[in-house]
Amino acid sequence: MPISPFGNPASPQAAATAQLFRFVLVLGAAVFAVVAGIIIVAAIRFRHRPGQGDPAPDTGRPGIEVVWVGAAALLLLVIFIPTVSTMRAVDPPADRRLPDLVVTGHQWWWEVGYPGLGIVTANEIHLPARRMFLVHLQSADVIHDFWIPSLTRKMDMTPGHATDVWLEADQPGVYLGACAEFCGVQHAWMRIRVIAEPEEAFAAWQQQQRQAPSPPRTPDAVVGASLYHEDTCANCHGTGIGPDLNHLAGRDTLAAGLMPNTPADLARWLKDPQAVKPGSLMPNFHLSDADVQKLVAYLETLR
Amino acid sequence: MREIALPPGALPAPPDRDGGGLYAWITSLDHKQIGIMYLITTFAFFIVGGVEALLMRTQLAVPNNTFLGPEAYNQLFTMHGTTMIFLVVMPMLIGLATYVVPLQVGARDIAYPRMNALSLWLLVFGGLLLYFSYLAGGAPDAGWFSYAPLSEKPYTTTTGVDYWILGLLATGIGTIAASINLIVTILALRAPGMRMTRLPLFTWMVLVNSVLILCALPVLNASLVMLLIDRQLNAHFFSPQGGGSAILWQHFFWAFGHPEVYIMVLPAFGIISEVIPVFSRKAIYGYEFVAASTGAIAFLSLAVWAHHMFAVGLGRTADLFFAVASMLIAIPTGVKVLNWCATLWGGAIRFTSSMLFAMGFLAMFTIGGITGVSFTAVPIDWQVEDTYYVVAHMHYVLFGGSAFAVFAGLYYWFPKMTGRMLSEAWGKWHFWLTFVGFNLTFMIQHVLGLAGMPRRVFTYPDLPDWGRFNMISTAGAYLLGFSVLVFLWNVFASLRAGRPAGDNPWNAWTLEWATPSPPPEHNFDLVPPVRGRRPLWDLAHPDRPDPAPAGFYGLGGHVPGPPPGGKALDVSGPRLGMLCFIGTEAIFFVMLILAYVYYHSAAHTGVVAARVLDSGRAGINTVFLIASSATLWLGGKSLEQRRGGALTAWLAVTIILGALFLIGQGREWLTLVRANVTVSRDLFGTTFFTLTGFHGLHVLLGLFLLAMLFGLAVARRFKGPTSAAIEAVALYWHFVDAVWIGIYSLIYLWALAG
Repeated sequence: MPISPFGNPASPQAAATAQLFRFVLVLGAAVFAVVAGIIIVAAIRFRHRPGQGDPAPDTGRPGIEVVWVGAAALLLLVIFIPTVSTMRAVDPPADRRLPDLVVTGHQWWWEVGYPGLGIVTANEIHLPARRMFLVHLQSADVIHDFWIPSLTRKMDMTPGHATDVWLEADQPGVYLGACAEFCGVQHAWMRIRVIAEPEEAFAAWQQQQRQAPSPPRTPDAVVGASLYHEDTCANCHGTGIGPDLNHLAGRDTLAAGLMPNTPADLARWLKDPQAVKPGSLMPNFHLSDADVQKLVAYLETLR
Repeated sequence: MREIALPPGALPAPPDRDGGGLYAWITSLDHKQIGIMYLITTFAFFIVGGVEALLMRTQLAVPNNTFLGPEAYNQLFTMHGTTMIFLVVMPMLIGLATYVVPLQVGARDIAYPRMNALSLWLLVFGGLLLYFSYLAGGAPDAGWFSYAPLSEKPYTTTTGVDYWILGLLATGIGTIAASINLIVTILALRAPGMRMTRLPLFTWMVLVNSVLILCALPVLNASLVMLLIDRQLNAHFFSPQGGGSAILWQHFFWAFGHPEVYIMVLPAFGIISEVIPVFSRKAIYGYEFVAASTGAIAFLSLAVWAHHMFAVGLGRTADLFFAVASMLIAIPTGVKVLNWCATLWGGAIRFTSSMLFAMGFLAMFTIGGITGVSFTAVPIDWQVEDTYYVVAHMHYVLFGGSAFAVFAGLYYWFPKMTGRMLSEAWGKWHFWLTFVGFNLTFMIQHVLGLAGMPRRVFTYPDLPDWGRFNMISTAGAYLLGFSVLVFLWNVFASLRAGRPAGDNPWNAWTLEWATPSPPPEHNFDLVPPVRGRRPLWDLAHPDRPDPAPAGFYGLGGHVPGPPPGGKALDVSGPRLGMLCFIGTEAIFFVMLILAYVYYHSAAHTGVVAARVLDSGRAGINTVFLIASSATLWLGGKSLEQRRGGALTAWLAVTIILGALFLIGQGREWLTLVRANVTVSRDLFGTTFFTLTGFHGLHVLLGLFLLAMLFGLAVARRFKGPTSAAIEAVALYWHFVDAVWIGIYSLIYLWALAG
């Protein structure tokens, strides 16, 4: 699974950054080699030998100082120039283009909306490979940070200060990301994934997301559906307080990347969310095992 | 070196007292004992902070670990960072300076001994207050940087963040006081002949650092105060829901936070600049450039703060400005590293434990500096900030840098402080265990960051290599922890049975080595003549003294020296100290004013200043306050003419006028509150009451000071024609008035202008 930003860059932006990093790394290693070399050679060649007195004082020459100040400035200029061009490559201006995606950070999950397509989902982003999406970032509570290492730069999601970032994947695949600004007790489990797909697969996904899920058929699922409404689940899930669940069953993970999306894990979550993700904003409803089973049956129909 | 028979565990004895029991130490005003107490306190906090780190590393050793839950872990990383920065590195360097600087300048003690003790005990008190939070509902858990709005209510409702604020305010005040003390000591108490261009580099860097502290700490104090007012009085400085700005917190915090990291490293640079020359047996290469680059670093450090905010989305221009400034600061830093290397070159190196740590510093700090420069290539920062790459970088500069330098300094000055040598055999074990343990812990964290692991996470998924790399780091951390025990063993064993040190065990050249170890209470029986940068070298080699400093491009070297027997700077102690205090308070007020200006200029609904403020009444108050400055000035004139009665009268009138001002201010506040203009209603209230409130507190403090002067005048204690106390209080009072004129113009006149 591609997670390393410099081992596996998977977008033009990440590739440009990786190249800049390799360049800076080589320069940095050279500088360190010089300094370490001086230290090691001096330690060997200029160690005190028995009977040796104090060496003659050499308090320096302004000429040498000017030379190495100049050399340092030159080195920094050499780093600065590709820095500017890489910034342009990674973060070109949005030019009043309407965002393709609106991602809202919540404690501790991601609300993902496609304004042009009328789709709302959570914790997963689907996008067609090789198409550049403009992502509008905002926060519903504290500062979060959107980061998919293989694909794009970090960008803070600050309440009161919306931002934009470009998102693109070279190849279809699953790309993992995480919130990168400490946002409270479950910051560690605010993970996100980007699923890049060929155009046809993306179109199919879109289609499915826009359709209402088919009504439940099995008896357990029917009971589960009515429990969903009686137990006030819809008060949070569907109003933006909790993640939208209309197509929950199609997602890879639960609880923002904490566990895989299997019926057993879903049951574990419903039984006691606080035991699975302590501090999360979903209270423990003290559901009976039977109720949990029926709710799971219902939720599994939401594709 | 003379061999002296010493009783076991000889530490400087307090004056006129036998042995020096606990009470004598606690009530000591001697800078040497206070310095040692700083070192003991900060080392104790170092161990606590280290235990916090080991707990964290244990939790992170394997993926999905359940050793610690998120609540505990988040408190630990907050406390670890806060402890190491505010209770260890910064005060440990101040403690070393407190001990060493008066000796290095040939002074009898630090400038203000009582204030010195106050600084130490504020550190202890603040640290204990912070740690009390563990018992009082939970330690702070919003990070050492406490970003808003997470640190605000309703997101953090436990009191941990409040203890964090109060603890840091206490230690912050102590730190400012210590810096004022060091500045005045260095400027006003130097031995004859010690011109500024002849200062030992440790002292010089402490001077520059102290000025930087006076610039940066008030920024922190103001920010803390604003956060506290938000949390406790429901104000809105930093909460977007109330119209405040979360980004403003970041700007304010990093405007302190970035200079702070240089505050933690400049004195370390000073230690290295002492140790490397002594153990290379040759004067430092490029003294002028090492000294000048210190000033450049301090100045530039005030202009780079938003490189901590590259991911906020401030815009291309802002990002580029801060990138360029941050690149520039690498140049003077590089100058230092190269000069230290050039000092080694051609020397006769002795590998004492102190020197091993200094050379280790050179290599480790260079690595940290290089990764620091990598962040200035902004797109790289956009990938690696908030990951373990940053954690690696900061520990290379703060541990591989500052902590290694502190160890070098401890091995170097322990003999002076105690009269006994630390064991070199144990010292070498300590060094190598530290060096290996440190690199094992932190080198791999660069890779973890590059592999995508964010920081401040209590656990992580089982992604390829993450578990393995974390396990290596944890193993290194345990080794590092063990190395500290080796050091402690060395200290205790050497205190009991270390080789007697004599005055100058290292054959060093600065003045602290020209007195017994440990020094007598008054420091010097006789201060050697100072004719250059290495007074003891010049004494030992009258045939080949150090060449007279050529000066820095003609500056400094040829400035006429002080009159024989006179002090180098003709500024009376209290006046210089008060000027420093005024400078730092001015910056505090600038922060509050900035908050007012920021919100007032932004478009907003809500209270309109022009409608609720009565500029006329406030104008009358202003007249009272300005008049009080005039009457105080007249009081000073009476003192000059030795008219005690007139002085007493003028002081009384000043106090009355000041009290009238406060009463007028109080009435205005009451009017506003009755009209429902409160600190919590909106941003006008928040910023108005904070700014005028703190000004009022300063006036109140001034009234107390004036009342004391009045009492002394009534008791006829002022003989005239001058009084340092009256001069100092007058400076303060005039400053407070000047601030009010600024506030009046800003708030009331601006409101009138509409």
